[in-house]
Amino acid sequence: MSIFINKDTKLVVQGITGRDGSFHTKQAIEYGTNVVAGVTPGKGRQTFEGAVPIFNNVYDAVAKTGANTSVIYVPPMGAADAIMEAVDAGIALVVCITEGVPVLDMTKVYPFVKERGARLVGPNCPGVISPAQAKVGIIPGRICIPGPVGVVSRSGTLTYEVVYQLTRAGIGQTTCVGIGGDPINGTNFIDCLSAFEKDPSTKAVALMGEIGGTDEQEAADFVKNHMTKPVVGFIAGQTAPPGRRMGHAGAIISGSAGTAAEKVEAFKAAGIGVAVRPMDFVELIRAKLH
Amino acid sequence: MNIHEYQAKELLHGFGVPIPNGKIATTPAEAEAIAKEFGVAVMVKAQVHAGGRGKAGGVKFCKTPADAREKATAILGMQIKGLTVEKVLVTVAADIGSEAYVGIIVDRQRKKPVFMVSAAGGIDIEQVAAQTPEKILYLPVDTRYGLRGYEAMRMGFFLYRDVKLAKQAAKIMQQLYSAFMASGCSLAEINPLVATPAGELIAVDGKMVIDDNELDRHAEIEALRDVSSEAASEVDARNCNLTFIKLDGNVGCVVNGAGLAMATMDLVKYYGGEPANFLDIGGSSNPEKVVNALRIITADANVKCILFNIFGGITRTDDVANGIVTATKANPLKVPIVIRLTGTNEEIAMKILTDNGFSASADMDEAVKKAVATAKGGKAA
Repeated sequence: MSIFINKDTKLVVQGITGRDGSFHTKQAIEYGTNVVAGVTPGKGRQTFEGAVPIFNNVYDAVAKTGANTSVIYVPPMGAADAIMEAVDAGIALVVCITEGVPVLDMTKVYPFVKERGARLVGPNCPGVISPAQAKVGIIPGRICIPGPVGVVSRSGTLTYEVVYQLTRAGIGQTTCVGIGGDPINGTNFIDCLSAFEKDPSTKAVALMGEIGGTDEQEAADFVKNHMTKPVVGFIAGQTAPPGRRMGHAGAIISGSAGTAAEKVEAFKAAGIGVAVRPMDFVELIRAKLH
Repeated sequence: MNIHEYQAKELLHGFGVPIPNGKIATTPAEAEAIAKEFGVAVMVKAQVHAGGRGKAGGVKFCKTPADAREKATAILGMQIKGLTVEKVLVTVAADIGSEAYVGIIVDRQRKKPVFMVSAAGGIDIEQVAAQTPEKILYLPVDTRYGLRGYEAMRMGFFLYRDVKLAKQAAKIMQQLYSAFMASGCSLAEINPLVATPAGELIAVDGKMVIDDNELDRHAEIEALRDVSSEAASEVDARNCNLTFIKLDGNVGCVVNGAGLAMATMDLVKYYGGEPANFLDIGGSSNPEKVVNALRIITADANVKCILFNIFGGITRTDDVANGIVTATKANPLKVPIVIRLTGTNEEIAMKILTDNGFSASADMDEAVKKAVATAKGGKAA
């Protein structure tokens, strides 16, 4: 089992003919993901690599292929439209990889997606992978193996680091979700924790947060009040100076709010195991699984 | 991106917000001439990207042009939170009846812009929020519908009993909201919004922070960027498409990905060292980025050791290895380098590095420990 994506995922790639879109589509197909369609306006009726039909819009892709999940690789100024189009066309899960989407665009996209009952992961995220089942986004397939751990993170390469260490230690994953580093994203920690709690295959959760905002504190509350499964957490940005955006648009300490210290405290108060270093996940998770 | 007070006020004025007459001076003589032209008492205000300008002595009331010259002499060149004041705004001093706070900020929890208004203006709003939250009205706006008239009126009457003032305030809320949306702001505030004894509202101070992600579609806002107020190395890095933040330590970090970059800095600290910077070379494997990253980091004389931490997902580690070799051939390193890389094409990368006299490890923990020790001991790695 897994969360959000699995063997039944039928994926449409928005921006399939672009540099990133084409590269990662090939990787997804190689991984065994069921890529049923691509969308690039103006390239309808062509095919991608002779195998995947391309459509001018998501509506046609859904009608002709039954796609139920979309991944977005379009440039930032077009990303809001791409998300809304996918949701309006009836896609249930939209994963937006694009980095640099203006936050004011997201203030319009977020309620649009919610009101239609769809799920958005991202933007500015590495996507979702359910090892040995499907890969939607850019998380490298070879660093994952199937197993009992759910992984959720605001980061990309830091997630790879931790997942790779788990894998090398023989600890596999049900699903890894990168929720993205932006101030407003479609899916938060709680959405993922709640899904992992319901997923019978997931036995423990690894959570990687970072400075900025209060998502981690709310996640800690959720763990304390609603979760039976063990959670191990990490916060990046202990050494980040206040008021500076640390790469991710959302990774910024505003005034005195959003510091690593307050997040770690919230984790401890909620009984979440705290990984001080990324490598500490292996032993902490192993202990929770036994 | 931050813009200066005078720029924010000009933007707001473009949407109809009343502001006091003002002009920019870069010399005391200019400040005096502007004060003379206005012919009334003025304020001389440091234009620098830092809060607490008033407390630092960067904002002064001046009765005469000679006074303005004297105050400008003191303020120009002054350091406020490490930034040198290069410009002052000389602006007509408003008659103050009462002061209100009006701000709008993108709220992460509500996922909307939220207005914050308070009749307790002129001071730190975070303090008001912490001590007397009942004095603030929070009003979230659904950007799909914009700020509705009734919402603007609600805020107007929250601030003023007087109907005329309340209506003026409502109009200013609409203008502020329009400026906020049109400029791609993450924050815009008027503090204080002054009611004069004559019953007119005027924005005496203004602040705007622009979402960096908006700059591609707002060339006119990007043009307001004041590079003199940023560290030269950060400007250089931005022009090379690198995300770089200078810090005070001596371990120069080159990492791919923001989360891993933060985690690397934290680990440096954990092992008793101090990071010299945050640097994310991003996801692409362009060797040119590595060359630029090394140039920027080695320009910092504090750096005693360079630490590479690369997790190759999309980034090909052999590209990074080639970048290191190319960069160091052109400009031999004067400080030791510790390289950690793992992931995509790791074997090829390791071979490139060893063939060129570098050693590399695949373990993050080990590499960070070594970099910290090297920076402390100054020994070659």
